Amino acid sequence: MYFELAWRNIWRNSRRTLVIITAVVIGVWSMVFLGAFSRGMLNNMLENGKSVLIGDIQIHHKNYREDPSIDKSMEQAEIIRHLLKNNLSKNTLWTERIKVSAYVSNARHSTGVTLVGIDPVKEKEISFLGKSIVNGNYLEPNDKRGVLVGKALLEKFDTKIGKKLILMTRSKSGKVVSKAFRIRGVFKAQMESTEKSYLFITMHGARNLLNIEEGISEISIKIFDDQNVDIVAKMLKNNIDEKLYSVETWKDLLPMLEAYVRIFDGFMYIWYVVVFIAMGFGIVNTSLMAVFERVREFGLLRALGMKPWRVIASVLTESTFTLTVGIVAGNCLGIISVFLLKENGLDLALFGKGAEFFGMSRIIYPVLTLTDVISVNSVIFFLGIIVSLYPAIRAAQITPVEAMRE
Amino acid sequence: MNIVNAQNIKKSYFQGKMQVHALRGMSVLVDQSEFMALAGPSGSGKTTMLNIIGGIDSPDSGTIVVDNNDYADMKQSQLADLRLKKIGFVFQAYNLIPVLSAQENVEYIMLLQGVAASERKEKAIAILDDVGLEGKYNRRPSELSGGQQQRVAVARAIVSNPAIVLADEPTANLDSKTGESLLDMMKKMNQEKNVTFIFSTHDNMVMDYAKRIVKLKDGQIEEDIVKEK
Ligand SMILES: Nc1ncnc2c1ncn2[C@@H]1O[C@H](COP(=O)(O)OP(=O)(O)OP(=O)(O)O)[C@@H](O)[C@H]1O
Ligand SMILES: [Mg+2]
Repeated sequence: MYFELAWRNIWRNSRRTLVIITAVVIGVWSMVFLGAFSRGMLNNMLENGKSVLIGDIQIHHKNYREDPSIDKSMEQAEIIRHLLKNNLSKNTLWTERIKVSAYVSNARHSTGVTLVGIDPVKEKEISFLGKSIVNGNYLEPNDKRGVLVGKALLEKFDTKIGKKLILMTRSKSGKVVSKAFRIRGVFKAQMESTEKSYLFITMHGARNLLNIEEGISEISIKIFDDQNVDIVAKMLKNNIDEKLYSVETWKDLLPMLEAYVRIFDGFMYIWYVVVFIAMGFGIVNTSLMAVFERVREFGLLRALGMKPWRVIASVLTESTFTLTVGIVAGNCLGIISVFLLKENGLDLALFGKGAEFFGMSRIIYPVLTLTDVISVNSVIFFLGIIVSLYPAIRAAQITPVEAMRE
Repeated sequence: MNIVNAQNIKKSYFQGKMQVHALRGMSVLVDQSEFMALAGPSGSGKTTMLNIIGGIDSPDSGTIVVDNNDYADMKQSQLADLRLKKIGFVFQAYNLIPVLSAQENVEYIMLLQGVAASERKEKAIAILDDVGLEGKYNRRPSELSGGQQQRVAVARAIVSNPAIVLADEPTANLDSKTGESLLDMMKKMNQEKNVTFIFSTHDNMVMDYAKRIVKLKDGQIEEDIVKEK
């Protein structure tokens, strides 16, 4: 009967209740939807950033990052391979690369690039490259003379598949070495800069060019549970000779990206606060109005022997119902809108260039996580109840004598 | 046995800076199963007296004992419990919760008292029959006439056999015929169920129903007429 009474009470002034519900719906909806959106944006930014060549964790020669040359390669790769095999879980992926600065030219054009020697099979599973060939073919593992070129570079060089490019770099002894490679395929990346600044050849090709037998520049590791990055990194650090090698996570390697993640989180919190303040004022105002309209009734109940805490409980029950209706409707709306956009995503074409600058793709797909939904809901619900306490307490303060004199 | 024992009750209010003496040392004893009218002109202190007896207002000085409970010793929550279990209230208007039906209004008070659901229903229907509202159990207050609403209020007040029912001008909003029939009903309840009633009025017709009339003037008892015992 308490619940039934509360339910009937909230519909006494259905307009006002609908106002509160609308406020809650808009609040929940915007939090769920925009939350999913920014989560999508964030994930996208992270994936883009990491997929270019980073992965989750990288291992280098201690000084490679200061001087990314072939001198700073890891000679005893076998030891590290062994370590990874023994310590990483089965579904962890990792690949080896040789990565050096190089100079690429054809008859008319030339430019500086990062030349990456890859293990085509493993690379495919880790970085964007495998899914990005838009023309021609991907590299075969034993292809010593093939090169993959970014679409933007191909256009800039005014060349095409099958044509030759001259790659020039510095060998271990400091001698300039160069060889001709044939364009096997063209890749497209999220960002034009990636297409212009990376060239991919096989590990064989790279060793052949650089005249080396052993040695790798980096190992890139991709783990599956994002939560484990720091733990895995720590474990590797403990097992690796830190005098020789450095183990770094994407957070170390992409400090800007990490900062963006933080800024994004900050914005979300600010947004939550703004939405909540607006909603909170709406709830407090309308429920106070509802309370003051019923002064006589609360006075009567007190006269009949209802205790103040019961009055508070009954007003809070009403708020709980109103909030629940709003929260349920808001979630439905939020989830529906997320699913509507799940298919096609939201095209950021309008700010295309700017978005690329931030490392985002043009089309953003919302990502709804259970944790986000639960946290949005519990925040709204508990804060909603807390702000409803004020009108409830005001209702409990009404005394029969004042009420009857109204 | 005294249900109400009020001694030398004083109460004054401030209206702005002006002190208004609502009660100036009033004493009264009320026995079980009395049917007593508090009469007197407007502002004479009737409502104040009823509120003090009911424990919803407190005197500035004097003692008040209702059903062996000395209010001076009691906390607010104990007073609330006493009102819930021992005192019935009927006000001039707005007695009922608008979203509840007649039966639910009566049941609600029993719910607060902790009466079991089946018993609540049974008692509510029986008492509504007693006050002449057979078949109107499911009507909301807005679907009842003023007189019927007051009957529901009386039903609610007496349903749990209180020590006393305090009714502040219960007929003031009713026409004289409806008012008379309400009083007939109250008197019947007084006789059949031994419910003690104190009601205030300034209407002579209403006073005629009382077995005892306590006339107030300026916060003091002017006359205490016992018509029958
Ligand atoms: N809460 C209050 N604040 C200020 N003054 C009050 C208050 N309650 C009562 N009074 C004053 O005390 C006096 C007695 O009031 P009370 O309501 O008891 O009279 P009453 O006999 O019930 O009158 P009525 O027939 O008009 O209902 C009046 O002068 C009234 O204005
Ligand atoms: Mg009065």
